[in-house]
Amino acid sequence: MQSKMKESDPILEVENLSASTDNLPILKGVSLTVYPGEIHAIMGRNGCGKSTLSKIIAGHPSYNITNGDIKFLGEHINSLEPEERAQSGIFLGFQYPIEIPGVSNLEFLRVSTNARRKFLNKEELDTFDFEELVKEKLEIVKMDPAFLSRSVNQGFSGGEKKRNEILQMALLEPKIAILDETDSGLDIDALRIVASGIKKISNAQTGIILITHYQRLLDEIKPNYVHVMSDGQIIKTGESDLALELEEKGYEWTDNLIKET
Amino acid sequence: MVNENLVKDVVKEPYKYGFVTDIETEKIEKGLNEDIIKLISQKKEEPKFLLDFRLKAFKKWQKMKEPDWAALGYKKIDYQDIIYYSAPKQKEKISSLDEVDPKLLETFDKLGIPLTEQKKLTNVAVDAVFDSVSIATTFREELAKHGVIFCSISEAVKNHADLIEKYLGTVVPASDNYFAALNSAVFSDGSFVFIPKGVTCPMDLSSYFRINSGDSGQFERTLIIAEESSSVSYLEGCTAPMFDTNTLHAAVVELIALDDASIKYSTVQNWYAGDEEGIGGIFNFVTKRGKCLGKRSKISWSQVETGSAITWKYPSCLLLGEESVGEFYSVALTNNLQQADTGTKMIHIGPKTKSTIVSKGISAGNSKNSYRGLVKMGTKATGSRNYSQCDSMLIGDQASANTFPYIKSQQPNSEIEHEASTCRISEDQLFYLQSRGIEFEEAVSMMVSGFCRDVFNQLPMEFAAEADKLLALKLEGSVG
Repeated sequence: MQSKMKESDPILEVENLSASTDNLPILKGVSLTVYPGEIHAIMGRNGCGKSTLSKIIAGHPSYNITNGDIKFLGEHINSLEPEERAQSGIFLGFQYPIEIPGVSNLEFLRVSTNARRKFLNKEELDTFDFEELVKEKLEIVKMDPAFLSRSVNQGFSGGEKKRNEILQMALLEPKIAILDETDSGLDIDALRIVASGIKKISNAQTGIILITHYQRLLDEIKPNYVHVMSDGQIIKTGESDLALELEEKGYEWTDNLIKET
Repeated sequence: MVNENLVKDVVKEPYKYGFVTDIETEKIEKGLNEDIIKLISQKKEEPKFLLDFRLKAFKKWQKMKEPDWAALGYKKIDYQDIIYYSAPKQKEKISSLDEVDPKLLETFDKLGIPLTEQKKLTNVAVDAVFDSVSIATTFREELAKHGVIFCSISEAVKNHADLIEKYLGTVVPASDNYFAALNSAVFSDGSFVFIPKGVTCPMDLSSYFRINSGDSGQFERTLIIAEESSSVSYLEGCTAPMFDTNTLHAAVVELIALDDASIKYSTVQNWYAGDEEGIGGIFNFVTKRGKCLGKRSKISWSQVETGSAITWKYPSCLLLGEESVGEFYSVALTNNLQQADTGTKMIHIGPKTKSTIVSKGISAGNSKNSYRGLVKMGTKATGSRNYSQCDSMLIGDQASANTFPYIKSQQPNSEIEHEASTCRISEDQLFYLQSRGIEFEEAVSMMVSGFCRDVFNQLPMEFAAEADKLLALKLEGSVG
């Protein structure tokens, strides 16, 4: 099964990536390759560099790449602006989605969707056509249309914010989605809705990276690979049972692995 | 930061309206004294009451001191170094637009205000003022059918002297403040509007003010009277060429609303703001005030202030009539080294009067933006209410924002509510929008428009779109 997947070209290649912020090294040589149809999980303690990795792939301006490379669909993307990366199909689901007062959620979603459609040489949607599309996508995350007329994420509960993230993913139809702790702050029902939404959106042509602390998301979405990060490096990679082992033994077990190597 | 580099790449669009029209002008000598005032009055063939009004104002002005309480810093203005009358040379009497110098028509064309019969805007009547004189007023005949008078104030002085004598200076008396006194002494032209009883003005009225000459001041005077149960929406726009000297603009606007009348006055102010080093730009010292004289009358000010090196402006409402309503909706944007001290005064005099203030200040670059407002409840203002909301947005870390709300209440049975907030466009917000494929500049302008939404909603439609674009243009390259 795996070898069949790898007949196609990789979506994302992170090669020996090191990065810092304010001269403080955060990533220290991370390598990761995602092929179409693959789901990767990245686990690790808070502060190990998981979120930083996701932000750097999305192009956050606060981090400097000091070494290594990121390739998306075979192209170097280090010099691309965040919006160019997003338009070409990289999606970052935020751990803490940002509130933007005064900007209507509906308008934000439309401008964003049209930016992606323009890149794909698809026709941009006017307000009426877009409303139809968005109503269809709302179903996926079982979101109330009332959220469309509010300001972006403003006054949304933690769970509503996460659903809004998955709604954006559904509209943008990315090639790769990096979901940073999308499961945190969700109750069991919301977790199921979000997980089933992610599964509906992804397909054999897309790649997904799930950053998470918990097995419960991975029970819903079974990863092909699990990577454990510590101190800015991937210290262990395995298949889905690695997550179970990790849950059982805790991060101390991986700490000992580092000492052994 | 990466953003800074990006910002440097953004092409800065120069001030679009900075051109000078090369036209022969008639200017009087620099300086200000009684003879100059007599000369202006004589050139305008004014009746004696107006010359007396001017001379009295001049005497008062000489005894007054330039105010220094605003949070503004600028080089002292030399009032003797200004030309107080400058007009493009034209034929003595112009009977139709065909006789207007084509260069002038072309100028307004370039500014997006076509005046000729074929091209004129269809939904709005325009009075075009060039330096000290009004060039043309469109749709006059159509308006006259409804009894609406819309013309330059100089014409009104000739043809409707009774109305001028009755109302001029009744809202802003010459002694009101230093700049109002100066204006009263030397005002050159401006617009006059009279809406008779029971008439809803069939179209928006608009004045467009253009400063062309670098060494003359502009002192326009606008007077709008809305009789019982009438209503009008009035728009005002302004631009000026780029000069490296500062030009003084000291206008007075007076509005009068009788019983059940309503006046909506909207401004998009885009005078030249000076360059990035703060060289040049208009000094904008303006007194705007409306008097809600009648019961249930309403005066609503909306302003989008983006230009001028210095803005000193407090469009206010005197709420005399029972249940009269005053509104002030303002967006003031400053960039580079611009300074703005703007706000409003809501003076509640009659009972059950109501006022709303929504002010949005945006400061970018090294600019300084202050809101200054007064809400006063007089002894008879029982059951009156005010709601104020003053929000500031900072862009970058060099700009400053201040809020000075003054509240005076002499009436315990009245309500005053004030809310204020300050926010900053954060890197995280920008990154969030960018990470959804939205371009950097568009992200900034989305957030700024979002911030100004409450005010833009109050503007007439065409104006709202223009204001949105204007802000985006002004902010290009200001976020780092």
